[in-house]
Amino acid sequence: MPDQSLIQVEHLYKEYYTDAGSVPVLKDVNLEIRKGEFVAIMGPSGSGKSTFMNILGCLDLPTAGRYVLDGRDVGTLQKDALAGLRNEVIGFVFQGFNLLPRANLVDNVALPLVYAGVDKEERRRRSEELLAKVGLATHGHHAPNQISGGQQQRVAIARALINKPRLILADEPTGNLDTSTSEEIMKLLSDLNQHDGITIVLVTHEPDIAAHAGRMVQFVDGKVTHDGAITHGGIEGVQA
Amino acid sequence: MISAMVSEAWRAMSANRMRAFLTMLGMMIGVAAVIMMLAVGRGTQYAVEQSIAAMGSNLFIVLAGSQTTTGVRIGTGNAPTLVAADADAIAELPEVAGVAPISPGSAQVVYGSNNWGTIATGTTASYIDVGNWKVEEGEMFSDADVRSASRVVVLGQTVVKNLFGDESPVGKTVRISQSPFTVIGTLASKGQSLDGRDQDDTVFIPLVTAQRKVFGNNFRGAVRFIMVKATSAQAMPAAEEAMTSLLRQRHRLTDRRPDDFTIRNLTAAANTAAATTKAMSLMLGAIASVSLLVGGIGIMNIMLVSVTERTREIGIRIAIGARERDIRLQFLLEAIFLSLIGSVVGVAMGVGAAAIANAVANLTVVVTVGSILLAFFVAAAVGIFFGYYPANKAAQLKPIDALRYQ
Repeated sequence: MPDQSLIQVEHLYKEYYTDAGSVPVLKDVNLEIRKGEFVAIMGPSGSGKSTFMNILGCLDLPTAGRYVLDGRDVGTLQKDALAGLRNEVIGFVFQGFNLLPRANLVDNVALPLVYAGVDKEERRRRSEELLAKVGLATHGHHAPNQISGGQQQRVAIARALINKPRLILADEPTGNLDTSTSEEIMKLLSDLNQHDGITIVLVTHEPDIAAHAGRMVQFVDGKVTHDGAITHGGIEGVQA
Repeated sequence: MISAMVSEAWRAMSANRMRAFLTMLGMMIGVAAVIMMLAVGRGTQYAVEQSIAAMGSNLFIVLAGSQTTTGVRIGTGNAPTLVAADADAIAELPEVAGVAPISPGSAQVVYGSNNWGTIATGTTASYIDVGNWKVEEGEMFSDADVRSASRVVVLGQTVVKNLFGDESPVGKTVRISQSPFTVIGTLASKGQSLDGRDQDDTVFIPLVTAQRKVFGNNFRGAVRFIMVKATSAQAMPAAEEAMTSLLRQRHRLTDRRPDDFTIRNLTAAANTAAATTKAMSLMLGAIASVSLLVGGIGIMNIMLVSVTERTREIGIRIAIGARERDIRLQFLLEAIFLSLIGSVVGVAMGVGAAAIANAVANLTVVVTVGSILLAFFVAAAVGIFFGYYPANKAAQLKPIDALRYQ
């Protein structure tokens, strides 16, 4: 199992078109991520790591190159099929939590199941189960603005988990949180990786956070400049 | 899925109650206006139709004297050109179902200490049928009464009310122009005519009695006009032609002399009146439906604002797996909600306003189920039509752009 490829990226290019001409953001990125890996993507602002994450999340399409996710060539899929892929395979955790402000926590967590066509009773049951798992069993009927940032991020993780994804994409999940809360969130993610075997790709610019991962990929100027295992005691040969 | 979206639409609306209410208000006023205007139009139409039905169908009126009024013409008034025998001759025509010669005049009717000035209509028994009258109590006088110039009278309801109050008049004796008349019947109420005249303010007396004993006319057998009922609407042009040549022949008019009578088609005039009110009713509806359109634009406006405000939310939904049609349906449902609730309240307002107009302003206002359904479905269609553009705009958002929106 751990050797099976979940993400395969070959010769990936991304250009943005502006009035001043095209701006290349990703230049020939090649990467393979196997099932069960925990990968941290690092790099300075403008290095293309967020663009890369958007493409991994099927939120954006590459200009050129091939991206195979869970055996499906993303480039060949239509809009609705991409939505289905995001719904079934991927769980998103954002820096800004991105919960729906008007919905309570149970409904927020259950939201992906609405689009998966799961009935109301089942949605509710699974949502409450996952809220319990992230330690918020008693908060189900609160609104997102009634709980702390760390709690909101845990709700977001519960939402990411609800449709049993194979991949969690976390874009700076601790960027808005203090150090101790960040640690809690990272522990939760590590746990999901180790106990539930969920593949996690994490974007961060904090080495402490990246240290929870098993592998580190460094982007500089649209290219992968480093790709290697993380050993205890730090990341070798890289400055954040 | 749908139930989740309905509750989502409800949640979005309750989050902005004032805004939702104001948007719905546009729909409410539009729907209420359409229902009210259609009701007023329908009511007018109904009143006209009632008058036409009361008047009877396929009617001509043949008047003595010429239509041309240039120069002094002997005959008009002083030398009546129509006589009862003309009516008898017209009745023989195959296109004619019935005739009633009529010789009216004003008369003071006295009963006990009450008296009432009214129109005495000297006519024959056939006027009941030709004029579409109904006898309420007692009976109409017979042709024998006409021939023998009996002193019998049939009273219209207005006369009954003014002379007898609640008392039954049949069998009583009244005085008309000093002569005693026996009341043998009363007429059922007909209400107002198209020109607003009270048709019940009359009494019927036998034609010959009127000519000889009440009005004291010098010209024996002369009548003011003859009412003619054709066998059918199709027969009316033929009947008019036949009557014209018959009367010219009977009056011995040479080709160079103009008609000394006038034939008027009452039904055509009535149909014109009906068509006019129908057109007016349609126009009122059309004007009112402009307000529905404005209400719809209000919905589109607020939905566009809503889509912009919730761009980030849309981005989140798309990211976690909402398809285009899910987003479109969600916003469409919201627009439909706004227009549906607006139209339900609008229907209630319109029906209520019509009831008030009926009760207070004494207007004939007729709310039909058809007009309610029309207003309701037009409103729903307006909601869908004007909700579609914003909903589609939301559905077309690119997920990364929507997620980045602040």
